[in-house]
Amino acid sequence: MKRKSHYPYWFVFPAAVIFTTLFLVPSVASLWFSFTRWDLFHAEYIGLENFVQFFKEPFLVQGMVNTVIFAFVTSGMKTVLGLLLAVLLTSGIFAQGFLRILVFFPVLVSTIGVGITFTRLMHPTKGAINIALAHMGIDGPGWLTDPSLALFSVALVDVWKGVGLATLIYIAGLASISPEYYEASRIDGATRLQQFWRVTVPLVRPATVTVITLSLIGGLRSFDIVWAMTKGGPGFSSDVLASVIYKQYQAGFYGLSTAGNVILFALVALIVIPLVSWMNRKEVEQ
Amino acid sequence: MKLKYSGLVAAAMVAMAGAAQAEVTLSVLIDSGADTEAVWAALTEAYSAKNPDVSFDIEVRPGGAEGDNIIKTRLATGEMTDVFTYNSGSLFQALNPTETLADMSDLPAQERVLDSFKPVVSAGGKVYGVPIGSAMGGGIFYHIPTYEELGLSVPTTWAEFMDNNAKIKAAGKDAVATTFGSTWTSQLFVLADYFNVQAQVPDFADRYTANDAKYASTPAAMRGFEHLQEVFEAGYMNADFGAATYDEGVLYVSTGEAVHYPMLTFAIGAMSQNNPEGLKEVGFFAQPGDDASSNGLTVWMPGGVYIPAASPHVEEAKKFVDFVATVEGCDIQTATNGFQGPYLVKGCEAPADIPRAAADMMPYFEADGRTAPALEFLSPVKGPALEQITVEVGSGIRGAADAAALYDQDVEKQAKQLGLPNW
Repeated sequence: MKRKSHYPYWFVFPAAVIFTTLFLVPSVASLWFSFTRWDLFHAEYIGLENFVQFFKEPFLVQGMVNTVIFAFVTSGMKTVLGLLLAVLLTSGIFAQGFLRILVFFPVLVSTIGVGITFTRLMHPTKGAINIALAHMGIDGPGWLTDPSLALFSVALVDVWKGVGLATLIYIAGLASISPEYYEASRIDGATRLQQFWRVTVPLVRPATVTVITLSLIGGLRSFDIVWAMTKGGPGFSSDVLASVIYKQYQAGFYGLSTAGNVILFALVALIVIPLVSWMNRKEVEQ
Repeated sequence: MKLKYSGLVAAAMVAMAGAAQAEVTLSVLIDSGADTEAVWAALTEAYSAKNPDVSFDIEVRPGGAEGDNIIKTRLATGEMTDVFTYNSGSLFQALNPTETLADMSDLPAQERVLDSFKPVVSAGGKVYGVPIGSAMGGGIFYHIPTYEELGLSVPTTWAEFMDNNAKIKAAGKDAVATTFGSTWTSQLFVLADYFNVQAQVPDFADRYTANDAKYASTPAAMRGFEHLQEVFEAGYMNADFGAATYDEGVLYVSTGEAVHYPMLTFAIGAMSQNNPEGLKEVGFFAQPGDDASSNGLTVWMPGGVYIPAASPHVEEAKKFVDFVATVEGCDIQTATNGFQGPYLVKGCEAPADIPRAAADMMPYFEADGRTAPALEFLSPVKGPALEQITVEVGSGIRGAADAAALYDQDVEKQAKQLGLPNW
């Protein structure tokens, strides 16, 4: 039996045109250009040489390790801090609404602006942070100039900027927990801490999954905050995958950087597709 | 005198031709910096005064790799301004000039431009630009009052330079202004050492381009990286060396907060804009090598002024560019930022009163065999990661030998991407 659509097929046309010109054509073109030596004017087919070169890139391995460190550190801190802030901000604390706005505000500010501001604040000798530390008799480190610290300083700023969103999701999650659970546990003599571990944490789990997924994907593809603050430096010590790719592009190695993007695409897909399908399964089970 | 006269005639012709045309606004893209912005404001103002029908719209771009990216992308997408400035030499070659730029071989100005400049803005036998600014030296600025106070003399060997640094440090001052906040400034010890490299290995540039000579296996070439390491290990830098910027470095050496600053002489322009009083107290010397008998200066050609082939106003733009390379153009530059070095336009002369640092540089140009062009004007090969690698060496993250080997790898990548033979 032939199923008849309610709408004529040409209704698809506008969406198809947009999808083809803006997504399909560039994707196929980028795959092609990743096999070429390309200076924006001429493209010469060179086979897999770009991919070989990209994997030979001395800073690629460090960039990949840094990307994973950055994603897990920021995701972990956003989850923990987000939950704690959400508990605090739903506890009926003084000026609760105002404090919620305060925590969420950095999310609304431009990442580049935040990056530039914190670069100033973290200046080793003239920055407000180290000046304040000096008044307390502490010799502050070079937050962004010490190679072993730079990546973590950037991660810290990323957490400051992003924790508001995690808090918001957790506040919504906490609101959906029925107060009866708390009442029942209180009658059973549970302490506040026990309530938190035994009631809040398990029941807020859907929010936790959302926060972890969003922040992990965000962390894996992070670029703007890193570029605004350190440009991957000092040297290569805070390079992430995206900044390594961007530097190839800056140098005019367009074919090479396109190959890097193809690799980044494959990598993100490799992590995100299993994660999403696993989450969907969990949701069905629940 | 005759040359100056012909310049005037050309300027007059430009003025007359301009008057016959309809009103036009030329867009101009320049690199950022108080000194460049001041020069272009003065040049365009002077031109508009003569040609009231031509007005200008000046746009500013960042320097370094960020700027390279903007220039290439805008040229490739046909979004370039009518006139723009950019480096000459290897970076110019990477613009694919034969296809993207307007041919300026028959511009009247080419009669006035010195022959030594033309090759660095030429491709396929055609000339695509005229010089803006003056020839520059890469070397070391120093704070004269501190030198006098400590009884130091200008070093002619690297060992003497390091001795001076030791005395400066002992006196409780920062010896070498280091400004890794502007990453590109970290390359100076390596790039400005090229006079010393070619003094010892005269065929280095050719063999380097042909994939025959390497930094890691040429001891003379590796010295630049070693210098960075030595300065770091001795702790001669300012406390904020990792975050300080180029502008701060210029300020440090002109106020005496730091006593040396390795930099190109175009910093004279920044000093005259940001600290004109301090400019009088700053001298300059070539980066010394190991041998006092061959002491000379590594020289950079000025950047060029170019017109994209796709500009809708090529003819009007050419007349303006022609004006830039006149004696009047030089005089406007000198009046705005002071004299910074020899111009590449015939008839342009130094005024009687020139900044001390520029005066210190002139003797190198006047003697035979005391200057050598920087490597980027002799070879198209220059690795893009040099500035990160030199930051690593200068911050103690990586040793000199390791860094030289890593840079060789970076260079190989660039040569392959350019599709050079033998790589």
